[in-house]
Amino acid sequence: MLELTGVLLLFMVMAAIIAIETKDLLGAVISVTAVGFGSIIAFFYLRAPDVAIVPIVVEVVVLVILIRATLRAGLKTFIGNRPFFGYLVTVALLVVIFLAGIRVFGGLPAFGDPVVARIPDAPARAYIESGLEDTGATNVVTAVLLDYRAYDTLGEATVLFTSIVGAVAILRRKARKKPSDPEADEW
Amino acid sequence: MHYALVLMLFMIGLYGVVVKRNLIKIIISLIIMETAVNVFIVMVGYRSGGMAPIMQQTMATETFIRNSVDPLPQALVLTAIVIGLGVTALTISIAMRLYERYGTYDVREIRRLRG
Repeated sequence: MLELTGVLLLFMVMAAIIAIETKDLLGAVISVTAVGFGSIIAFFYLRAPDVAIVPIVVEVVVLVILIRATLRAGLKTFIGNRPFFGYLVTVALLVVIFLAGIRVFGGLPAFGDPVVARIPDAPARAYIESGLEDTGATNVVTAVLLDYRAYDTLGEATVLFTSIVGAVAILRRKARKKPSDPEADEW
Repeated sequence: MHYALVLMLFMIGLYGVVVKRNLIKIIISLIIMETAVNVFIVMVGYRSGGMAPIMQQTMATETFIRNSVDPLPQALVLTAIVIGLGVTALTISIAMRLYERYGTYDVREIRRLRG
């Protein structure tokens, strides 16, 4: 099972490299969706079915929006990178950050041995233990989302609404009609 | 080793954000970084040989407590995924507006602000 997750992660890494390095923008968009769907299968193997269902919708919506932004008549394809300190310095910096991150992961609990298994009063343990009595939900993730941390979910919905309103305001072509306009009453 | 792979995915996204000059490529890199972080947070809560945090009728509570994976990271990631959709939609709409105004996705040309 662990090996399968590793293979999936490797697939995601390869798709990400293709998405960033390919010269074809449409191919890059499809590759990034492949990364997303790889993560969905990885969520299933990590025993997170609730998390796995949501990104299916999200990935499809992101794919549609990205294709809408990519399909344009006369879109210039340009190759090359932008100078940022110089290419080699950037790559060296990223490698240093990567190595430092590996060191940080050494201090984390090992993969497959979560905090909830070792510490008796971890907050998640209380959710698992008394989730059914407290909320009546057999699915603990749903209990956390809609009962213990319901304000969090409300905030999430607010953020989503705000971002959609912002996108509509940015993409709107016509300004709102002036009050002196006779048709203004209709809107 | 799994953590290293996720970190590599994140670093690929960071490389794209820093180095690429196509706006769509930068947004794609942001999406990759976001996916890497989400997978990492769910992986932190994974218990080897565990079960999904959904209780079954025939199961004793003690068995469930001993076998269930950590539900808290999953709930938080669920929120983060939806917010990531909002962020992506907003960035792409800004990029499309920039394309209409400047006629290109190249950040080097967009940087020369007019007016």
